Amino acid sequence: MTLWVAVACGIMLTIGAVCAFVRAERGPSMLDRVVAVDVVVASVLATVALVSAWTGRVDLVPVLVVLALVGFIGSVTVARFAAADSDDDRRILSREEARELERARREAELAEAEERRSGSGGSSATVGREQQEGGS
Amino acid sequence: MIAEGSILDTVLHVLAAVLFLAGSFLAMVAGLGIARFPDLLARMHAATKPQVLGLGMLLTGLALEIRTGVVIWTLVLVLLFQLITAPVSAHMVGRAGYRTGRVRDDLLVVDELTDDLAAVRRTEHVTDIDDADDAMVQALADTEKRGSDA
Amino acid sequence: MSRRPSNDVVRADAPRTDAAATSGVAGGAAQPGVTLRRRPSVTAVVWLAVVWVLLWGDLTIANVLAGLMVALAVAWFLPLPRVPFAGRPSGFGLVRLFGRLAGDIVVASVHVAAVALRFGHEPRGGVLRVRLRSRSDLYLTLTADLCSLVPGSIIVEAHRATGTLYVHTLDLSGPGAVEHARTVVLDQEARVLYALASDEEIAAAGLPPRRFGGPSRARGGAAVASRAVPDQGAPGSGRSGSSSGSSAVSGAGDRGTRSRRRDEGGDAR
Repeated sequence: MTLWVAVACGIMLTIGAVCAFVRAERGPSMLDRVVAVDVVVASVLATVALVSAWTGRVDLVPVLVVLALVGFIGSVTVARFAAADSDDDRRILSREEARELERARREAELAEAEERRSGSGGSSATVGREQQEGGS
Repeated sequence: MIAEGSILDTVLHVLAAVLFLAGSFLAMVAGLGIARFPDLLARMHAATKPQVLGLGMLLTGLALEIRTGVVIWTLVLVLLFQLITAPVSAHMVGRAGYRTGRVRDDLLVVDELTDDLAAVRRTEHVTDIDDADDAMVQALADTEKRGSDA
Repeated sequence: MSRRPSNDVVRADAPRTDAAATSGVAGGAAQPGVTLRRRPSVTAVVWLAVVWVLLWGDLTIANVLAGLMVALAVAWFLPLPRVPFAGRPSGFGLVRLFGRLAGDIVVASVHVAAVALRFGHEPRGGVLRVRLRSRSDLYLTLTADLCSLVPGSIIVEAHRATGTLYVHTLDLSGPGAVEHARTVVLDQEARVLYALASDEEIAAAGLPPRRFGGPSRARGGAAVASRAVPDQGAPGSGRSGSSSGSSAVSGAGDRGTRSRRRDEGGDAR
């Protein structure tokens, strides 16, 4: 195998894997991601085969066996426990949204603790709940 | 063994290079397809390709490069595993996707499964295709009767 | 191919009911998961031992013995359901099956690659109902497996009692594509039957008798063709996207609950 063949194969495999990674990041559902990860695994298999052919290393071949089996187990597991998730859960939150949610949760906890300490705090409880709903 | 530098040796090397290029090309197109296709099932079609034909080509190329008995048998085993497991995982992911509503109805030209499920639900108050074998049989028979009448 | 069998072949003499499906030609497909094997099957043990030896990579007596022991242990402690098989494998049929499968995979891969590379064109697929002609679980499973292996078609659902596969095809734009996709699945089933089934099973499926692993041309081809004609306007085959979309909306709502409930039974075991 000449160098150019190996380089061309490597470039094509990289493009494919990067595209699959884009899909795995975008989703939108768990199943889309697992299909994309399957393609990434296939690309990795292909890359290992390429390296093995380029260097003549025979010891990489068992890696192929393991990868071929592990990819299957992963996708079957995800498919087995796939459920209809709501539109909100389907998306990975951005960092700001996650921070906002976390802040709201903490404020709600603080309000609750405040209420418990003061004994009878009807008004503070409603404030806490309002904050929680506004945040989420 | 084939002598280094003989004509057959060169031919095998060229063949392996071609197989590697073609297999890598299929993997790249699969990546493009999976990033581009509009819904889950279409993406799965794109994903089947490197798993079956692309891997077959790459492993054949590798076998032509290495040409050791033990390695070739292991490669056959890898391909066999892949050929056995790929349809199973594809079916499971596809079915889970369909059942969790991951299929975009507006992209389908025909959707006879949803039609049949709706027919089953009309005949009896069941929600599950597997609880309703009788209803399914009945619904299919009705559909056929309607088709032959028309 | 000249022979174009169509879907939804209604046989008045063989109504597909539960009883017909379970006490069918294949000698009674038992409920999956209920009747486990009592003793390990020889085929399973040999296959597992072969995998063991291949994984180790060299054929020595120690490897073979260890493989047989591991295989026996696996088959003994993890029994699988019995698969009723009453067929008669045919060498020509198997060659035909796998040769055609390899060709199909190459052609379909090129086709799917072409679709993926045509930017600005969104493929419009569809889920088709294909009723198989045989009534055996094994042939149903094998047909579904091989169809899923070919890029461009995925089996989304399989229904045992009616012997129905629901196949999703990637690109159905173009005239006659729906009928063609159905024909592909039915031809796959015919090849599976010609490769593995017994003559009685082939006859029961309404296929022409086997000859050299394929259909004999003499009278069978004409019979299938004549039967196929009235079915061309099969229900739902020519349906437009809008009407199927409207009926799909009603079904989309409770798919989620259904997926939670039906976890135990893979019906295409």
